[in-house]
Amino acid sequence: MEQLVYKKPDSIKEDFKISFCPGCDHGNAVKLVAEVLDELGVREKTIGIASVGCSVFSYDFFNVDIVEAPHGRSMAVATGVKRSKPDKIVFTYQGDGDLASIGIGETIHAMTRGEKVTAICINNTTYGMTGGQAGPTTLIGQVTTTTTKGRKAELSGYPLKISEIFKEIDGTAYVARVTLDSPAAIMNAKKCIKKAFEAQIKGIGTGFVEILATCPTNWKMTPQEAHARVRGEMSEVFKPGVYKDKVSEAK
Amino acid sequence: MKREKQLLKGNYAIAQAAIEAGCQSYFGYPITPQSEIGEYMSEKMPELNRAYVAAESEVAAINMVLGAGSTGIKAMTSSSSCAVALMQEGLSFIAGDEIPCVLVSVMRGGPGLGYIYPSQGDYYQATKGGGNGDYKIVTYAPSSVQECVDLTYKCFYVSQKYRTPVCLLADGMIGQTMEPAVIGEYPYEEIDQSSWALDGAKDRKPRFLASIEREQEALRKRVVKLFEKYNKILENENIFEKYETEGAKLVITAFGSIARIAKAAVKKARKNGLKVGLFRPILVNPFPEKLVAEIAQKVDCILDIELNCGQMLQDIKASISSCASTIPVKFYGRPAGVMMTVEEIYKQIENVYKEIVEKKYGTACI
Repeated sequence: MEQLVYKKPDSIKEDFKISFCPGCDHGNAVKLVAEVLDELGVREKTIGIASVGCSVFSYDFFNVDIVEAPHGRSMAVATGVKRSKPDKIVFTYQGDGDLASIGIGETIHAMTRGEKVTAICINNTTYGMTGGQAGPTTLIGQVTTTTTKGRKAELSGYPLKISEIFKEIDGTAYVARVTLDSPAAIMNAKKCIKKAFEAQIKGIGTGFVEILATCPTNWKMTPQEAHARVRGEMSEVFKPGVYKDKVSEAK
Repeated sequence: MKREKQLLKGNYAIAQAAIEAGCQSYFGYPITPQSEIGEYMSEKMPELNRAYVAAESEVAAINMVLGAGSTGIKAMTSSSSCAVALMQEGLSFIAGDEIPCVLVSVMRGGPGLGYIYPSQGDYYQATKGGGNGDYKIVTYAPSSVQECVDLTYKCFYVSQKYRTPVCLLADGMIGQTMEPAVIGEYPYEEIDQSSWALDGAKDRKPRFLASIEREQEALRKRVVKLFEKYNKILENENIFEKYETEGAKLVITAFGSIARIAKAAVKKARKNGLKVGLFRPILVNPFPEKLVAEIAQKVDCILDIELNCGQMLQDIKASISSCASTIPVKFYGRPAGVMMTVEEIYKQIENVYKEIVEKKYGTACI
């Protein structure tokens, strides 16, 4: 007797081809967002914003309407969509270079306005698509193609802790930082992503989830080593957890 | 909306016309000399249950317009010069994405911060653009408060019909001038956007609006399609004013506020017996090359007048060389600061007329 044990979410396209590198967490992150859209029953009224970087290809995977934003501008584009069509579910899918560097202004102000949208940020401490340059979240000592001797604070400052900043913004309703380094972490990440969408659906404010993700290609690590790095030095600087939860408070 | 003639400031006329045209979402950031538009929208749009967002920057404003326009609704922003400069990235994306929207650009002096004096120094910015890639921003230039109304309507219509960003290129003088105008009814048909707009993939395949194109041939075709669209717009949506060009020996070319002053100078010249006419392109991008070429073949000289150092002048020259005409093209202009007077332009007309026309035909021509 056949038993269905796993099914591709409806919010993932039928003919999708994964183009991410082996061991990259983008695949799992996309899947979790898609599963949440399915479970909330909002796929048919969702409009996604594709950003620039490895996350640009989200339109290859998500089975929803998508508009492309210039680099960093996703939260402004999301604002325009949501304010024009308040009954739609709007989300951005961005990397840390896109959201936390070039787009930090648009992100903070969209959150300050309490835009009823959801932002998912993949933080892998580097610019993945362009070949692993240092970004705003690069850890002190981390070797990249533009910090070949390791990031030095006196030269290029400190890693930006976005979840800690965003929790202080009055317009955010939900802020969490998660990892995808174990089955339990993946289950937890999905719960958090769901809450970030509920923040929007319930009209409380902006929902945000920062996903600490691997980039084995640019980190020059095996997938296992990369996850160990997420658990280790990355989680020490970027502490996982729920930073703000007005969604549960509202229940 | 009052339909009778009222005393209206250019900026308020634009804002009222936008609302009358059915603008559903406005995003903006304050800058003189166009701040009245945002102020008006901040009050009226919420009253009508439409969207007004005070953007944190012009970069954000144009990207909010991108998002709003992607849903097929009528969206707009308004700004000026150094702040329109910040929108160039977004405009390039919007053009590439084929998203309809309206940008109102009320020019002030530059470069850099310049100052709030009227200027036509952003003709290049509007028509040549600062964004990357092969694209055009369709641009209409009003020269009166009434035209601010009528052309705002036209901008929304053309943007929706051709799925393209359209710019209303005014300047500080027009934006701040008060004169009688009528906010008539929006005269155009509504264009159905349901075949492409994003509204959720219900009972259909998902849609993706973007400028990215990974296949070489597809990228080429995308740009070719854009330019076919611009040609159609020039063919079907061109507006211009010809004044006394029939039998003229000298034709003045000018756009926007300066064209209005030039027209008064042409009237005076005609009264004094000089065979002078005026050609005013209202659609300045795509530029009506053929019309200028036709005129060039019938006159002895063109005198281009602008409140800048000679920007539309380059389009005039290109138009004339396209028909292999060798008539002289004279230019009179200056950067932002002091507005031109009728008398000043008349003197230029007289000088050029003496130099070119009377030299050729003798004073008998007068």
